[in-house]
Amino acid sequence: MTARSLRVSVLYPDLLNIYGDRGNAMAVARRCGLRGIDVEIEHVGIGGAWNPDETDVLLAGGGQDREQRRIEEDLAARADDLRAYRDDDRVALAVCGGYQLFGLQYRGIDGAVLRGAGVFDAVSAHPGPRTPRCVGNVAALWEGDTLVGFENHGGRTYLNEGQEPLADVVAGFGNNGGDGSEGARSRNCFGTYLHGALLPKNPRFCDRLISLALERRYGDGTLDPIDDAGARRAHAEALHVALHGNGEGRFGPGQGA
Amino acid sequence: MTRAPPAARLAAAVIAGKAARAAVRLLGTGGTALPGLVAERIDPAAAAGLARRLERIALITGTNGKTTTSAMLARILRADGRDVLHNQAGSNLMRGVLGAMIDAAAPSGALPPGRAAVLETDEAALPSVARAVLGGNAARPPVLVFANLMRDQLDRYGEIDAVALRWQQALADVPAGTIVAINADDPLLDLLARRPPGPVIRFGIADAPAAAPPAEVVDAIWDPESGEDFRYDRRFFAHLGHWRTETGASRAEPSVSAAEISEDGDEIAFTLRINGDERAVGLPARGLYSVYNALAAAAAAHAMGVDGDAIVRGLERHEAAFGRQERVELDDGRRLWILLGKNPAGMNQALRTLQRPGARHHLLVLLNDGIADGEDVSWIWDTDWESQAPHVESLSVGGRRAADLALRLEYAGLPRAAAPILRDPGAALRAAADRVPTGGELVVLSTYTALLRIRSLLARESAAGAWWDANGAAP
Repeated sequence: MTARSLRVSVLYPDLLNIYGDRGNAMAVARRCGLRGIDVEIEHVGIGGAWNPDETDVLLAGGGQDREQRRIEEDLAARADDLRAYRDDDRVALAVCGGYQLFGLQYRGIDGAVLRGAGVFDAVSAHPGPRTPRCVGNVAALWEGDTLVGFENHGGRTYLNEGQEPLADVVAGFGNNGGDGSEGARSRNCFGTYLHGALLPKNPRFCDRLISLALERRYGDGTLDPIDDAGARRAHAEALHVALHGNGEGRFGPGQGA
Repeated sequence: MTRAPPAARLAAAVIAGKAARAAVRLLGTGGTALPGLVAERIDPAAAAGLARRLERIALITGTNGKTTTSAMLARILRADGRDVLHNQAGSNLMRGVLGAMIDAAAPSGALPPGRAAVLETDEAALPSVARAVLGGNAARPPVLVFANLMRDQLDRYGEIDAVALRWQQALADVPAGTIVAINADDPLLDLLARRPPGPVIRFGIADAPAAAPPAEVVDAIWDPESGEDFRYDRRFFAHLGHWRTETGASRAEPSVSAAEISEDGDEIAFTLRINGDERAVGLPARGLYSVYNALAAAAAAHAMGVDGDAIVRGLERHEAAFGRQERVELDDGRRLWILLGKNPAGMNQALRTLQRPGARHHLLVLLNDGIADGEDVSWIWDTDWESQAPHVESLSVGGRRAADLALRLEYAGLPRAAAPILRDPGAALRAAADRVPTGGELVVLSTYTALLRIRSLLARESAAGAWWDANGAAP
């Protein structure tokens, strides 16, 4: 097999990394590295150059309302690029605050509406400071497997008709605590409220992203098995906590996003 | 009960609180909150009633270093010949603060004249504690110490802005004349000095030998009011340093500062400057974060009228609080060195403390996800474990989220964690200690509730039993 490589872009790593989301880029790099797949990671800040045609995996993490306000304009300027990126079947993962801004719009805690990139056909709104946040461990059914992670968000996300969710909530709140959906998927772009970091302890999901990216670039998404006992143990532990520990989720204090 | 005169009601509350404490001790269970809870039920104004009988009150809050700063301040005040009550068990919510006052009071609710209180206060509990405790007529203006504001337990406290907001509100409610001591190197605290209730005393580090590693994850990168980025001439760790913004806001010169800092063995030496007066200090502790704790305590003591010599005497008599750089000798000749770490900034400081050139150690890391730890353990991904890789001889992990931790440490390139992984912190500690050669040392990095588990385990063993008796703290 010829050597394969992937280019990973991380959007606003200084602003959208409130809950260890940098672990997602680390997971892609590590799980590729163990298979001899080279990974080049590029950070894209406000005003920074980003070439969608040279990106295989795009990552965005979570942030507070004030970080979201700060990136709004820059992200809106990239909206056409981001939707073209999606339609080109390239891979993206947006988490929490990043996920909200990958939808059509996010109405923040102060009622101000932030424009989203429109990668997902979804709208998010914060119901205001008097409504509790969605906080806790989450387990969700995804492609016959489970996704595990931690959610902490004030905003609720509603998927428009035809927008596919990422997963179905088993324990926790997910998109809005009401319709049982968690996250969103449009082609190869994924949005989710789960952090943890998400990808290290969801090795099958991480491999799916890698595989989709390789498939698109090389027409070959096959992945060699690797020793990931540690990742699977962490997944099982988080699943246990979500189901038996704090699985009900609980409403927490605080502001924003 | 509601008809009883206030003094009788307070006495009843104190007696009931003391009875609850005795019952808790007898049963050997946890429950530092119970005495305060019982007393509050009988007299909702018990805290204010007791606080009125104190000569002077200092509340210590902040994300990291509350317990150690409080211990240092209590020791300084004692070195100055003052009588001090102190919630040293680290029980820092309203009920714990009340419990400490109940312990110190006579059954009548009387407190010895001239007694000062050093009260460590949880960040989120600060407004309610300040309202209850500072409202009375303390003879002298109270002191409120803000040590730092960092990201911690977002699932419990909410986002970092929410904590800053709570503190601002708390300041609006405290009695006029309250002295505010703030860390000048923390730009997020600068907000608190803009509309202070009384005099402001700032403390900070003038110069330090080591700067923060550039790769370190920083919680605060811009001014929440102006939206401008913080720039640094020197950054010491996390977002602490000599900061400024584009349009001219900047670190104010502190009146209490440390310079010429050097570490030697288990001691950190520095020059303590108070309003230009210089004194040499040999602090029996390690790491820059210990210097910040000492400065916070010195600033509070200075605000309370303690002279520089007594401040230095108190600091040099510092002994580690439980789990805060504490050394414990085990019966079999092995030693434990226990360091609390519960958020990225605090854990990074603990890790830097361990990184002497050439140093290698046996390491046990315990990660719990209790409510007091923060149920969200994602902060371990923002902690710089990578820097520890060359210093780890052997690795053990434990706690409720041991597998999550083991995965993070595997990513960081640390040696593979010893198998099997034991979730119970006590069992993990025992197994890890057994792996250390006789006479050797096990370094324990632990979150808060795992530390409590270790404490109860060690309490049953002779070496730590001595600590237990000496301090008389409740489990």
